[in-house]
Amino acid sequence: MKKNIIRIIAALCLLGIALSVGCIASGNTIGAVLKAIFSEDQSTGQSGLSESELAQPTSQIIERGRYLARIGNCMPCHTAKGSDVYAGGREFKTAFGALYSPNITSDVSTGLGAWSATDFWKAIHLGRSKNGHLMYPAFPYTNYTKITRRDADALYLYFKTVPAVVRVNQSHDLQFPYNQRFLLNIWRALYFRPGVFEAQPQFDEQWNRGAYLVQGLGHCSACHTARNRLGATNEQSDLAGGLMPTLDWYAPSLTGSAHLGLGEWTSQDVFDLLKTGVSKRGSVFGPMSEVVSESLQYMNDQDTRAMVTYLKALPETPEQLQQASQDWRFPPVPAHDKARLLTLGSQLYQKYCIECHQAGGKGMAPHYPPLVANRSITMYSAVNAIRMVLNGGYPPSTQGNPRPYGMPPFRHQLSDDEVAAVVSYVLSAWGNNAEPVSAEEVGRYRSIPD
Amino acid sequence: MYRKRSFAGTLALLFALCVSEGPHVFAASYTLSGNAGVAKKIDANAGQVISSIPDTLKQRLVACTACHGPEGRATPEGYFPRIAGKPAGYLYHQLINFREGRRTSPMMSYMVKHLSDDYLKEMADYFSNQHIAYAPVEPSRLSSEILAKGQKLVKFGDASRQIPACAACHGEALMGVAPDIPGLLGLPRDYLRAQLSSWSNGLRRTVAPDCMAKIARQLTGDDMYAVTAWLASQSIPQDRLDVSTTALKLPIPCGSVR
Repeated sequence: MKKNIIRIIAALCLLGIALSVGCIASGNTIGAVLKAIFSEDQSTGQSGLSESELAQPTSQIIERGRYLARIGNCMPCHTAKGSDVYAGGREFKTAFGALYSPNITSDVSTGLGAWSATDFWKAIHLGRSKNGHLMYPAFPYTNYTKITRRDADALYLYFKTVPAVVRVNQSHDLQFPYNQRFLLNIWRALYFRPGVFEAQPQFDEQWNRGAYLVQGLGHCSACHTARNRLGATNEQSDLAGGLMPTLDWYAPSLTGSAHLGLGEWTSQDVFDLLKTGVSKRGSVFGPMSEVVSESLQYMNDQDTRAMVTYLKALPETPEQLQQASQDWRFPPVPAHDKARLLTLGSQLYQKYCIECHQAGGKGMAPHYPPLVANRSITMYSAVNAIRMVLNGGYPPSTQGNPRPYGMPPFRHQLSDDEVAAVVSYVLSAWGNNAEPVSAEEVGRYRSIPD
Repeated sequence: MYRKRSFAGTLALLFALCVSEGPHVFAASYTLSGNAGVAKKIDANAGQVISSIPDTLKQRLVACTACHGPEGRATPEGYFPRIAGKPAGYLYHQLINFREGRRTSPMMSYMVKHLSDDYLKEMADYFSNQHIAYAPVEPSRLSSEILAKGQKLVKFGDASRQIPACAACHGEALMGVAPDIPGLLGLPRDYLRAQLSSWSNGLRRTVAPDCMAKIARQLTGDDMYAVTAWLASQSIPQDRLDVSTTALKLPIPCGSVR
C-alpha cells in the first residue's frame, strides 16, 4: 500500500516534469499540451465502407485488405517465431522494457473476433484499444493514423478472415514509470497528432500515393527517423536515418542528401532494392531484409513506383539535423593508431574482401555491392559495416532474386582489432573519407543480430 | 565523389595500358582484371579476383563454407559439423528448424532467416551431394573403460533404461539413413556433446514426436561423455562413405523421419 502511494507520487512528479520538459522541447504552452491531452480527435472516418459492404464484404475488398496488410507488414510483428500466424507474442525489446505483440486473429475471446470496424478504426487511427487502453507506440499508430477509413475497413475485414487461434495476450514487461499507461497521455500530447493523410495538390497523383504509403501503412519513419529519449521521432529530421535502439542497426537516410541519402541513387536502383532486396547501389540486410521479404516485394509495380517517386523527391536534410542524435557514437580513434589500422586494413582487404568487392571497392553489383560511395558505409555510424564483416549474411529470397548470394561471416576468423582495421580501411579508402573505428566499437557489436 | 573515382580509374587504366608493368603497380588499389575479363591473382597471400560472379551454387554458398569448410567438409577439429554427404532431408529439416526457431544457433538462424523453402532445399541437396573423403581421426586419449561404455551404448543401447542403440536408427555403419537420418561419425566431439545436451534441455527440437529429445533425457552426463568420446574416435573407411538407403523400422516414433 505504502509502496503504491510512493509510486503514485513519483508518477505525478514525473508527469509534472515530463509536461514541463515536453512543453519546452516542443515549443508548446502548457495549456496547448493539456488541451491536446483532454480533447481527442473523435474522427470516425465517415468515408469508410457502407454498412452492407461491411456486413457482406466482396472477395475483392478482402483481397484489398490482405494486400494492405502486406504493405503494412503486419504479419511479422504479430507472429512469434515459428508460431501461429497473426497470433501475436513476438517480443520487442526496447529501452523501456519488453513489449509483446497482441493476437490479431479472428478469435473472439483472445483476438480481434469481437471487434467492430469502429473498434479497429480507433486502434489504427487513435492508438486506442477496444478496452479503452491507450496503446504503446511500438504499434506505429503515429503512422497508421494517416490511413483512410476505407483502407482501415478493408484491413479489418481481412483480419476477420484470418483463422482463429486461441492465444491470450502476454502482458508487457515495462519498467516503472513506463508501465503506467496513463502517462501515455503526455507522450501523445507531445508527439501524436491523429489525422488521415491529406493529398498535397501541388504534387501529382503518383507522389501523393507514395507519400500516403511511406508516411502511413509503410511506416518507414518507424526505423528511418532517429528517436529521442522518449522514443518519439522528430518531424524535422523525418526519414533522415537513425540508429535503431536495441537492435543496433543503423537505418540509413532516405532523403535527398547526396552521400548519406538517396541523392545519388537512380529511381531504378531504389525500385530494385525495394522489390528484389538487391540493387546496383546496395543490398538489404538486418531488419530491412524482413521488410522486403514479407512486405515490399509483394507491392504492385505501380505502388512501388509511387513510393520511389515520393522518396526520390524528398529534399536534402540539413547536415546539422542528420547529426542531431550522436550520443551513441564512440570516441575517435587516437591519431597515432590510425595509420596502423589503415595499413593492416588494406592488407586484410586484399586477403579477404577483394575477391567479391573488387579492387577500388567497386563490387560486382547487384550481388556484391560496391563499397565505394556506399552510404551504408559513409553514414554517421559504422555499425552496419561492422556487423556485416562479423556476420555476413544473405539478402532475402525474393521473387526477383530467389537464390541470393551470401557473404561469409568473419567473426571466427578476425579479432576485434582486425575487424576494426578492415572496416576503417573501407570507411576511408577510395574517397569514402569516413572516420576509422576502434576495436572497442567492434566488440560492442559482437553479438549476433536477432 | 563518385565522379572523381571514375576519373581516377580512367587515369589508372590509361597509365596501365601505356606502361608495361602497369597492372602490378596498381595492384594495391586497382586491378585490371575486370577490364581484361580474366581472373588474376594479386599476390601470394591475396584472394583471387574474379571478373564475373559464377552462376553456381558453390559461389552462392560461400557464406556456408566459411565455417563448414570447402564443400561442407569440416573436420572434427574445432566445432563446426561436417555437412558434406549428409542426407538431404536431414539437412533441409535442420535449415527449416533454424529458421523457425526449433534449433538454437543464433548464427544459423540469422543466416537462413529470410531464405525460401525452395532455396534451402537446393542448399541441402548441394551439400548432400558432396561425397568427399573423411579426414583421418586422432585416436582418443580417454580410458578404454569410457570408450567401451560408449561403444556399448552406441551399438546396443540400454533396454533397462529405454535407451535404444544409436545404430538402430542411424544405420549399422552409423553413416546415416537416407533421406532423413544423419550419420554420427566424422563430427567434432564438442558438437556431438552440445547436441545431446541441447536435446535434453529443449534448446534443440524438431517436429513432434521428438525422438532424440526423449532419448537424450534418458542419458546421464556420463553416458553423453562416453558415447560422444567413442563416436568421435572412429575413423571412417573409404568404402563406408555412403549413407544407407535401406529403410529401418524405428524403435520409437520420430517426427523428423518421413
